Formats: sequence, structure tokens, C-alpha cells
Amino acid sequence: MTNAAGRARRHGRRPGPGRAPTGPAARPRPDARRSPLLRTLLRVLLVAAFGLGLATFVPGIGQAAGEQLVGTLQTSRSGPIDGVQMTVTTPDGARIGQVDTDAQGRWEVDLPGPGQYVVTLNSDDLPDGVVLAGEDSRTVTVEEGRRQAVVIGLSDGSRDGGGGSVRAVQLLVDGIRFGLLIAMCAVGLSLIFGTTGLTNFAHGELVTIGAVVAWYINVDGGVPLVPAALIAMLVGAAVGALNELVLWRPLRRRGTGLIAALVVSIGLSLLLRYLIQLFYGGRSNPYQGVGGGRAVDYGLFRLTNADLTSIVVSVVVLVLVAVMLQRTKIGKAMRAVADNRDLAASSGIDVNRVILVVWMMGGALAALGGVLLGLSDQVQWDMGFRLLLLMFAGVTLGGLGTAYGALVGSLVVGVFVQMSTLVIPNDVKYVGGLLLLIVILIIRPQGILGSRVRVG
Amino acid sequence: MSELIDALAIAGKAALGFQAIFFALLAIGINVQFGYTGLLNFGQIAFAMLGGFGIAISVSKWGLDFWVGVAIGLAAAVVLALLLGLPTLRLRADYLAIVTIATAEGLRLLFRSVSATPVTNGTRGISDFNGQFLELAPWPTNERYRLLGTSWSGGELWVALVGWLLVALACLLIWALMRSPWGRVVRSIREDEDAVRALGKNVYVYKMQALVFGGILGALGGMVYAVGTGSAIPDQYQNANTFLAYAALILGGAARVLGPVVGAMILLFILQFADTGLRALIDNGVIPEGLLTSTDVAQIRFVLVGLGLMLLLVFRPQGIFGDRREVMLDAR
Repeated sequence: MTNAAGRARRHGRRPGPGRAPTGPAARPRPDARRSPLLRTLLRVLLVAAFGLGLATFVPGIGQAAGEQLVGTLQTSRSGPIDGVQMTVTTPDGARIGQVDTDAQGRWEVDLPGPGQYVVTLNSDDLPDGVVLAGEDSRTVTVEEGRRQAVVIGLSDGSRDGGGGSVRAVQLLVDGIRFGLLIAMCAVGLSLIFGTTGLTNFAHGELVTIGAVVAWYINVDGGVPLVPAALIAMLVGAAVGALNELVLWRPLRRRGTGLIAALVVSIGLSLLLRYLIQLFYGGRSNPYQGVGGGRAVDYGLFRLTNADLTSIVVSVVVLVLVAVMLQRTKIGKAMRAVADNRDLAASSGIDVNRVILVVWMMGGALAALGGVLLGLSDQVQWDMGFRLLLLMFAGVTLGGLGTAYGALVGSLVVGVFVQMSTLVIPNDVKYVGGLLLLIVILIIRPQGILGSRVRVG
Repeated sequence: MSELIDALAIAGKAALGFQAIFFALLAIGINVQFGYTGLLNFGQIAFAMLGGFGIAISVSKWGLDFWVGVAIGLAAAVVLALLLGLPTLRLRADYLAIVTIATAEGLRLLFRSVSATPVTNGTRGISDFNGQFLELAPWPTNERYRLLGTSWSGGELWVALVGWLLVALACLLIWALMRSPWGRVVRSIREDEDAVRALGKNVYVYKMQALVFGGILGALGGMVYAVGTGSAIPDQYQNANTFLAYAALILGGAARVLGPVVGAMILLFILQFADTGLRALIDNGVIPEGLLTSTDVAQIRFVLVGLGLMLLLVFRPQGIFGDRREVMLDAR
């Protein structure tokens, strides 16, 4: 069982064309983490790293030192598909190997060494009712000593037929999870805008930094994900504070205009994004030692334990944020500064201190959001930047500068993006979210909770 | 030493090649919108993509004439500008910023998606559509010529010549426009929108005209790029290119006719020189392999651009030629 199996389980009711591996998936495929094989492999590597030398006793990894390509052909309706010819060649067309999938739908091919390979599926061998979701071949890069899982997207037609209401519920739940995640990242963005007027295009990088820091601590440091996430939040808060103290406060003091500040934030975003790529690389990696690969059936929808955890964590954190904003002194001060900075200053609120706290809170929340995003979609160097546009959509929808608006707007955007896959292909679902943003601006530019004066 | 001269020559070619023209045209468009009118268009690359794909799709998918493709690309850019401007130009500046960047990213995702593959060839993109244009060249396009120490193909020279002519025409047009009443109105919109409105001018219409005009220039840039590379691939039109164009504009000096052109040439020169130079240093072992590998160089370029953009705006917002009074912008 590999990625394909994991995907069939989780997205069993919607293996849309967007899941085609060679296709331009709008987001990284969220499933490799759930692959038991990959987890076995990771565990084995961990064991090997400890020098216990037990690797050879674990079934299926006898050749862990040599490079291999593996995969499983399976859809939710047809089950495993056997007897499909898979051909592996080099990019110049030299043949490496050719195998048929076995009764479990599995196949594997030994490789002469690391490098680029092209895997081609013979689509004539597919049973009736199963078609390719995208192209029949995929180019993969195999690193040294890796057993590289290859996913060829298959569609069994279940996306178009039947089960509409249940699928809608599934998407609704997925959308709520995604929306809560966006909300967590966007609260800081909205509060920063509210308190300083800055449209911070570098906020996505706070998300990425959180995810990447947690990944290094989790995978390289061998620390479980929960403490790693907490450390990442601390780092996120520190980065937020640095942002404010080193860059934005001096700029405010210099009287830099808001548009100039906006372009500065874009420069900062480019700088940070490519620095992250420099250090972290262009790969996408899963977190380690995360359980709950199997989706649990709740009747109308299925959720993996990781997704459930993500929902619970986001709800708890967002409620805490709301309570803080509503009840505590600093929370009230934040809302006061966001509402009217001069009035807040003249009533004795230390505006600069409030802004610093907002930056730290925003950084920590964005980092946590990044970890949760990495949990469902793997960690990537530009994950935050891609989320940024949806954050803007959510914040604008809710009303720029209001904390609760960011929450409501992000939820709507998350649900809308996921539910839109009912009618549009999966890989263009972000486009739907961005269209929503434009439509909102035509109808109600101040957003759901915003006030008219803000937009004039 | 010879490597240094080589690196300088290659950088010089980059500063004169079609990529510099591409960024120059993008930056001239942004100059009309941002420099003169004060509009924040962060989706300029979307106009370029429509321009490039306008030709590519018309010629290789629909079998139309090359020049019809050019017209279609320009028309698509005008439509996009109208669609973007309608909801946002009445709102504060950052709304246009958010919507344009979102549209650029959304359009790119749409063009590279599986569902668009029949039209755009998805991630692989379209090639072989510039034949008709290259045939017009007065010299053989597949021969190579030595120029300033570097080797140019005839096709490259032809694209560069036509491209720089386009840039010159655009500059001339903007020079004339900015001396006209129209130019005075859009500049006053940048300075004080309400005052212009009080004088009875329809601010919305002027802003829309600036957006459309800048978008057309962006589309022309995208066409030069598509014809120069001979292919149109959605992922060539990454959002980062818009910001490179902004960097070029601010480096050269916003609200100056030649600012974006000089800025684009200098930017491309610096980027290419850094690229070749760093690679040479890595190959010669001056920079140890452990510190930086040649695959990292591509990212270093963007890190430098990001850093440069920040430093410029903080310490010299008027760039090389700009007038500080003209670029002290604030959000409205």
C-alpha cells in the first residue's frame, strides 16, 4: 500500500483529475504521510540511524540500500488492480525495467542508482470503469538509497456519480478544517493591518517558518511533533517580534508611507521565501511519527485522526484568542488600537507595546497554522505564500482589520474552496476562492463585519 | 581575469536581450499605473501571460495569423484590466493590490491546470508559434553572430531589435502623454485624488485608463518574452516576476520616462553578473561547496532582489533618477 492506496481511502469519493500526479496539483499531495510503507521506511531509517542494524528483519525493506521505485494501483471502487504493465525508463528513453502489478496492486522496480526516471503505465491494461485521472507517465527524482513511491492518478468515476450529499458533508468538514487553519494564520494578519495599517505580504513566510522550524526539530532533532510545534510557536513569536522591532517600528518612526511599507513587505517576503528555499530545499516533506494515517468513519464523513486533531487544536486556540481579545486587558487594548489608534493612545494605552504583542501573537498563531498545514499537506518552502492569498481573501471577506472578521471570512473561504470542488476540478479550487474574493469586493467591499468608513 | 570579462559580457548580453525588454515593458506599464497614477498593480505578470498565451494559443491551437494573435493578446489584456478595475478602483489602494496579485496567481494556476490542458497544454506549455515573426527578419535567423564578446543567434538579435523599438515607442508615447493634460490629471490623482474630484474630473475613468494602458504594455512585454523564448509555459509567469519589475522600476526611478528602462537593464545586468560570477567562484572553489552549490544560485538571485527592494525603499525610494517629491506615496 502506498500513496495511491492512501489517497483512495481518504479521498475515496473524490479522486478528481486534480490528483493526477503529473498534473499541476494546486497544492502538494497530502497523502504520502499516510502511506504505511513510507512510515515503515521512515521508522526503519530511524532504527538504522540508531545503529541497531535491525533493518534487514523488517519485511519489505530488504534492499533498503539500493534505490527502488514502488507504487500501488488502487481505487476505492475497484480495489487493488493487478496485471497492469508499468515501465520505468530514464528520461532519454533507455529502459530500466518493466513489471506487472500483483494481486494487491503493488509493483516495484529496482534502479541502477539515484537520478531521474520516467514511470509509464500501460493504460490498456486498466479494467473497465477505471481511467487515468491525468497523464499515463510521471517523472520522478530518486535520491540516493530512497525507495521512491510513485503515484499515478486513477479515477473510477465515483467523483461524478452518486453519494452527492455525503460527499458534500465530507467536503464541508474538510472545508471547516481548512477554514479554521486559514483563520488561525489570518488573525495576526488582520490585527497587524488593524493596528498599524500595514498590508503585510510577508505574513505567509511566518507560516512557512513555523512549519519548517517544526520540521527540523521534529525530523532532524527527533522530537515529537507536539513539543516541536510549541517550540515553533515560540520561534514564530520571536520572528514576529523581530519583524516589528528591527523593521517596522523604525520604519514607522521614519514616517515611511503605507505603500512604501507594502512594497518593503513584498521585498521581505521574497527575501525570506528564497532564503527558506535555500536552506530547506524545494522538496516537500512530511512530519515524522504522526499517527492516525487511517481515516475514521463518522457516518456521513471520514476524518483522519490528524485532521481531527487539527480541527480541535484550531477551535481551542481560536476560542482562546477570542476570550483574550474580549476579556483581558491587552486584548481590549488591541481592539482599541485597531479601532482608533489615536484615541487609544490618548487614553493611555502604550500603542507600541500593543503592536509588539500583536506581532508576537500573529507570529505564534501563523507558526502553529503552518504546522497544521504541514500536517495535512506536507512542509514546503512556499506553502505560506500560497496560503497568503487565501488569507487575504478571508481577511477581506471578513473585513480588513477586524479580528473576528478574519475568523468568519477565513471559515467561509475555506468551506467555499473545498465545496467548490463539487462543481470544479480539484486543481483549480484556489481559483474559485480568489474569484470569491473579487465578487465580495464588488458586492460588499467592507466585508461581513467591517464598517463602511474603512474602505473609502 | 578572462572569466571576469566573460561574466561581464554575458551580463551585458542579458542587459540587452529580450529578457531585459520583457522587464522593461512590464516596468513601463507599472510606471504608468504606480509611478504616475498611484495604482498598485501586483498582477502585471498576468497581463504578460495573457499577451504571450494570446499569440501562442491563437497561432498553434486556432491556426490564426501571428498578428491576429497579437491583437487577441492585447484585447485579452484590456478585458482583464477592465475586470480588475471595475470592482477595485473605487476602493482604497491595497484592495487593488490584493485582487491583482490574487488574479495573477489564480490565472497561472488555471492555465497550468489539467482542465485547461486542451487549450494551454498545461504545465508543458505551447511552443512553435513564432515562425512567422522570425521570417520577417532581414538576416538569417539560425546563424550566430558575435557581438560584444558574446554569441547571438539571428533570431535573438531580431527579437531584441523589435523589442527595443517597442520600448522606445512606449517611452516616447509616455513622454508625450505625461506632458499632455491627461498626464497632469493622472499625476494629480496620485497626489490628491479628492482635489481632482473636486475639480470635476472623473477619477475612476482616468484610473481605469491608466490601468488598461499599463496592462497593454505588460501584454506587449509578455509577447516579447514568449517570442524570444519560443515557448509559452504557465510557470514562466510566476508572481515573482512582477516584483522583479517593481524592483527595476524603483531602482531606475518611478515617475521618470526612462527610469524603468534603465532600471530593467541594470537589474538584469546585476542578476546575470551575480549568477555567472557566483557559479564561476563556486566552480573554481573560491566559495566552498559546503557553503553554496551552483543549484543554490537561482535562489540567491531572488534573495538579492528582495533585499535590494527593501533597502531601496527604505533608503532611496526615488531610485537612481527619481524625484523624491514624486515618490512619497501613501495609501488612500
